[in-house]
Amino acid sequence: MAKFDKIEDIKIILATDCGSTTTKAILIVFENGEYRLKVRGEAPTTVEAPFEDVTMGVLNAVQEVEELSGRKLLNDDNSIISPANGDTGTDVYISTSSAGGGLQMMVAGVVRSMTAESAERAALGAGAIVMDVIASNDKRLPHQQIERIRHLRPDMILLSGGIDGGTTTHVVELAELIAAADPKPRLGSSYQLPVIYAGNKDATPSINETLASKVDLKSVDNLRPVLERENLGPAREEIHELFMEHVMAQAPGYKKLMAMTDAPIMPTPGAVGLIIQTIADQYGIEAVGVDIGGATTDVFSVFRPEKEGVFNRTVSANLGMSYSISNVFAEATLPMVMRWVPFKMEERDLRNRVKNKMIRPTTIPQSMEELIFEQAIAKEALRLAFIQHKNFATVLKGVQQQRTIADAFAQSGSGQTIVNMMSLDMLIGSGGVLSHAPRRQQSAMMIIDAFMPEGVTRLAVDSIFMMPQLGVLTEVQPKAATEVFEKDCLIHLGSCVAPVGTAKKAGPVMKYTIDLPSGQVSGTLDYLEMKKFDLGIQENGLPIKVKAVFEPERNYDLGAGKGNKVETEVYGGVVGVVLDGRGRPFDLSSLSEDERVANLRKWMTELDIYPKESLE
Amino acid sequence: MAHAYTPGLKVKDRLLVAKHRILPLKGDVIVKVGDKVEPNDVVARTHLPGNVEPLNVANRLGVPAEDLEMVMIKKKGDEIKAGEPLAIKKSFIKMFSSQCNATLDGTIESISTITGQVLQRGMPIPVEVKAYLRGEITEVIPNEGVVVSTLATFVQGIFGIGGETSGNLKVVVPDNSTTLTEEFIKDEHKDMIVVGGSLVTAGAINKAIKVGVRGIVVGGFDDKDLRDILGYDIGVAITGSEDIGCTLVVTEGFGNIAMAHQSFGLLKKHEDKMACINGATQIRAGVIRPEVVIPIEGTAEKDDVDGEIKGLTVGTEIRVIRHPYFGVLGKVTELPSPLTKLESESMARVLEVEFQDGKRALVPRANVEMIEEYDILS
Repeated sequence: MAKFDKIEDIKIILATDCGSTTTKAILIVFENGEYRLKVRGEAPTTVEAPFEDVTMGVLNAVQEVEELSGRKLLNDDNSIISPANGDTGTDVYISTSSAGGGLQMMVAGVVRSMTAESAERAALGAGAIVMDVIASNDKRLPHQQIERIRHLRPDMILLSGGIDGGTTTHVVELAELIAAADPKPRLGSSYQLPVIYAGNKDATPSINETLASKVDLKSVDNLRPVLERENLGPAREEIHELFMEHVMAQAPGYKKLMAMTDAPIMPTPGAVGLIIQTIADQYGIEAVGVDIGGATTDVFSVFRPEKEGVFNRTVSANLGMSYSISNVFAEATLPMVMRWVPFKMEERDLRNRVKNKMIRPTTIPQSMEELIFEQAIAKEALRLAFIQHKNFATVLKGVQQQRTIADAFAQSGSGQTIVNMMSLDMLIGSGGVLSHAPRRQQSAMMIIDAFMPEGVTRLAVDSIFMMPQLGVLTEVQPKAATEVFEKDCLIHLGSCVAPVGTAKKAGPVMKYTIDLPSGQVSGTLDYLEMKKFDLGIQENGLPIKVKAVFEPERNYDLGAGKGNKVETEVYGGVVGVVLDGRGRPFDLSSLSEDERVANLRKWMTELDIYPKESLE
Repeated sequence: MAHAYTPGLKVKDRLLVAKHRILPLKGDVIVKVGDKVEPNDVVARTHLPGNVEPLNVANRLGVPAEDLEMVMIKKKGDEIKAGEPLAIKKSFIKMFSSQCNATLDGTIESISTITGQVLQRGMPIPVEVKAYLRGEITEVIPNEGVVVSTLATFVQGIFGIGGETSGNLKVVVPDNSTTLTEEFIKDEHKDMIVVGGSLVTAGAINKAIKVGVRGIVVGGFDDKDLRDILGYDIGVAITGSEDIGCTLVVTEGFGNIAMAHQSFGLLKKHEDKMACINGATQIRAGVIRPEVVIPIEGTAEKDDVDGEIKGLTVGTEIRVIRHPYFGVLGKVTELPSPLTKLESESMARVLEVEFQDGKRALVPRANVEMIEEYDILS
């Protein structure tokens, strides 16, 4: 920060997130040796007519923060008072934005599963919505690809292809297709469409020759310089740069907003990815974050197949709880949704209810029956989004592997997913249906049923969707970002302990001993049984941590191998410690209809998910 | 919160309707301000650039890409006809000569000596924009399009399929709660817009398509029938491009729901008049709802311009839009301001409603829709 020699001098932080409907502002203050969230305010976003100036919504949200905190933040001319002085002003002001449809990109690469997939990963990681992936081998004819590019109207295109020193023909061919399509930018025709070239460096002159006169071409380092390695950083940075320069600059009021902020405005999903990466790296853990919205579901993950953390983000464009609810229903199919519902409902009526939610997306469940049904759909939306994520978060494809004779028995081919539920340490949910569930137990149950965590996994939800602001804050004052994330942003739900393995009939799954603050508990968890123990949160907002010993039966594995004892620490939260004896992989379809309903009711009662009378 | 209620769908006896009719690319506007237009009149036209078809000439002739220009007999920008030679590779022995022919009518877009590819661009594709409404041209946006305006009776739907069409209105059911079955559809309804009551059956839609009915306006529709008719499930509500041969405008929602009394009354009042309808729906940012526009005589007055949406007050007529009272009409009797716990245990802002049968209930404000009040002018 130019204003401060040392980042420790930043004591007051104001951050906003301009969403497509609401602009949210938060004020973070350094007090008593720690950064904490002071207040939050919100106001409708003002990007669309009749206002067409995003700063109006920002100022309204900031005014609410002023009123609630008693700190004067705005000058009479509506500029932000900075730096802070006593009870006025803020040291820094930062913002993220997804208003106006966010950042919409098209990516192109030579081989679909290789350079095109790397390009897609770079764009998604930067927070973009990937409208389409064009590849030389995507089974479309060239004229169909040209038609598609012409109709898309993206905010920018990322073109890659070839390893450095490899053949140049294919990537130049792609450039020729783009040139022939002569694509126009989404927001107005007053500027040329930005195209980032991140392919074989030997092809750069030919790409220049083909495209430079038609688009605003920027060349960066190859995102796949050799087959064995991705280098996504330079392409991602260029995407952020162009997002600011072109896309944001075209949106109403953003020039003013850009002048107000102390750090570049970041696309909202890019910022969410950043905070999850920061937390995962800081503690050396593996984490999955999910944000389920009305139209889309984003999944972020950091896994460590090697020591180094690998970040992935996917956007499931048509999996959401209002605009896309009907699509969830269609993709998941009725029986898959209904397996989570402990009573019978008529298909025709259900189909109409789902469609009515789609055409009137702002309605909320009034009856308990509607809530149970909606949460059943949420579980399926999350499950489907996570399947897409698993398929995308893979080791690099097309890489030659040296095999030994041992590999013949454990054929792990190239392109295998790096998502490992057993080694996953933390699952974080956000989005209305998870963050605003009437009971926190419901959020925990939705996360467990959708993701089926294995071994010992911490569960949390983002209370007020503060992750975007904290993500951009990591670039300015990382300590403040991580402190507020853990103490104020997250609602710690607790831990899920789920042994992997299945049984044909009832019997013990594992023995447990947990040193709860109220005294040690021990016992046996049976197959198809769930148990919950209260273990709360400390005064400083962090979860209570206690020792636990789990001894799985010989068919079950809790991370140390089948039948091996695990001594570990479990974290508490507003829900507590959940022991899940339903086995993994967990398959409700093996149960008869009566057994399924009886078991659902048993689990829901044990975990206090819904009021007893609604399950009778 | 900006507003904790859903402004109702627009149902207006008199409304000044203005539609932007814009070309996808710049082109020619062929009408002028003040011109009277009919729905099918063309108001603007242009040509989209033709489709591009690549042809790897170097590969086909077996010459290196960098030598491509030596074999090309057509140059960049030249006109071409399908079948005529683009490039010839000559040989001393005539038998070994080979040539590569154009695959379409058009021009040469580019010749690449890096990839050996020749891009052929097809003939421009003509595009026309029609007026859609019966009305008057009130604005010309040079090279882009026009604004067509008309004073009209306007009924907004909640969901639709199929695009723009027009025809004379025919109310074929006795009242707003009668199901539109195939018996109501007759041969004489060809080219008409048929109005039903509470629900339209799949049989009625199929009969309408067979007879040649241009559009159906109805209260409710079953999702299962929708899937059967389209052959697929609509995942997200973005419609308008379906081609089932008949446009459908649903005014209330999915299921068996009587068409709102006001909407039915207005459509009945204008029976036999020409109506322009569009089933296009988009429920995302920038919402588009399907509509029925019935152009009427007269000049617009101040009140006919779309005004501010009024908020909910005690006495406002509303319709509940979610279970357990889905589709039921009533009047607001109280608007308590503190958050109230619902049966689902969610905390929400609610209102008290008195239904038409005199019963009262608390309903989340997010789950009601305002019904605009007015008298149907005779």
